[in-house]
Amino acid sequence: MANLVGAITTSHVPAIGRAIARNLQQEPYWRPFFDAFAPVHRWLAETRPEVLVVFYNDHGLNFFLDKMPTFAVGAAPVYSGADEGWGLPVMASFEGEQALSWQLIDALVQDEFDITSCQEMQVDHAFALPMALLWPDQAWPVKVVPVCINTVQFPLPSARRCYALGESVGRAIRGWDSDARVAVMGTGGLSHQLDGQRAGFINKDFDLRFMDSLVDDPKWATQFSTHELVEKAGTQGVELLMWLATRGALGSSARCLHRNYHLPISNTASGLMLLVP
Amino acid sequence: MCTPDIPGTTLFDGRQARKGYALNKMCFSFNQAANREAFVRDEDACCAAYGLNAQQREAIRARNVLQLIEAGGNAYYLAKFAGIFGLDMQDIGAQQTGLTKAEFQARLLAAA
Repeated sequence: MANLVGAITTSHVPAIGRAIARNLQQEPYWRPFFDAFAPVHRWLAETRPEVLVVFYNDHGLNFFLDKMPTFAVGAAPVYSGADEGWGLPVMASFEGEQALSWQLIDALVQDEFDITSCQEMQVDHAFALPMALLWPDQAWPVKVVPVCINTVQFPLPSARRCYALGESVGRAIRGWDSDARVAVMGTGGLSHQLDGQRAGFINKDFDLRFMDSLVDDPKWATQFSTHELVEKAGTQGVELLMWLATRGALGSSARCLHRNYHLPISNTASGLMLLVP
Repeated sequence: MCTPDIPGTTLFDGRQARKGYALNKMCFSFNQAANREAFVRDEDACCAAYGLNAQQREAIRARNVLQLIEAGGNAYYLAKFAGIFGLDMQDIGAQQTGLTKAEFQARLLAAA
C-alpha cells in the first residue's frame, strides 16, 4: 500500500509569481518568505515523494460561474497553467497520476462526497506557485493529483466538511495499491482580504492559533462557520480550508518539522508548515 | 440565515453571483491577452458584447473597485480587469480604503 509521507501547507498569492519571474527572492522584502523553504527543500530531497496530492482553490482560470463545483478532483494525464490576466510566464506542465486520481474519486464517492471529476483541467497560480516554491528549478520530480475546493462563490463547503474530505483522501491514499511515497499539500491563506473597505485585513493572533491547532488539536477550526472564518481571517483567509483538508489527510497525529509565519507578502500573512505523521 | 454583516465586506453569494454574471464573465475573458487588447481598443463594444447593465458599465468606466463590487463583481475576476492597467492588489487595496499605496502598505506592516 502507498505510504503517506507528509504534508506541506503554504500561501500562494500571485505576487509570489511576480517575485519569481523578476528574480526577487533575495530582496529584503521577499527573503524572509523564500528562505523559509530551505528546510522543506531538505526534507523533500531526503524523503523523495513520488506523488503529490494538492488541495487548492481555483481563482477563475479553469472554473467560471457557469459551472462551479464545490469539490473537483483532477483525473487528467497532464495539467497546464495559462495566462491569468497578468501576462506572467507559464510554468512547465505537471504530469498527472491518473491511477491515484481514480482511487480518490472512487473512495470519495463511496464516502458520500459528491465530487466532480475532471479529465481536462487547467491549474492556476494556487497550484503552480507552491510547486515552484517546493522545487525552485521547476523540474517537477512528482506526479500530481489536484483537488480543487470552491472558495469563489458562497456557500462554501464548511470547515468541518473540508476536514472530512481530507480524511477521506488520506484513507484513499493509504489504501492505494501502490508502493509509492505520497505527500499532500494545501495552498492558500493565511489571513487576508482583497475586497471591500476591509481590504488589508490581517489577523496575526488567529493565524498563529490556527497553525498551533494543526499540530495538537487539528479540528479546532472546524468549530467555526464560514461566516465566522471570514470574520476572523478575511474573505480570502477562508483559503485555510485547504490547510484543514491537508491536515485531515495526514491522519490523527502529526509532528511539525518546520513552520514559518511572515507578513506581509502583498496583502497577505504568509504561513508555511511541514508536518509528518 | 441570520448572520450579522461583516463591516466593509460583501460576501459573493448567490445574490451577487446573479447580479454580477455579465460583468464577471467579461472580466473572466481577460484571462486571454487578445480579449484584454479588445477591451483597450474598444471598451464600449466589449461591455456591450457582454451585456453589462448601466451600473456595471459606469463602474467599469470609473475604474472603481467598490462600485464594481456593488454591481456584482467578484474579487478574483476583477483582479483580471485590474491587470489590464498593471495594478496590483496593493493598488486595489489602497483605492478601496481611500489610502495612498504607501499608507496602505504601512497598514499591512502594522499587522506584524
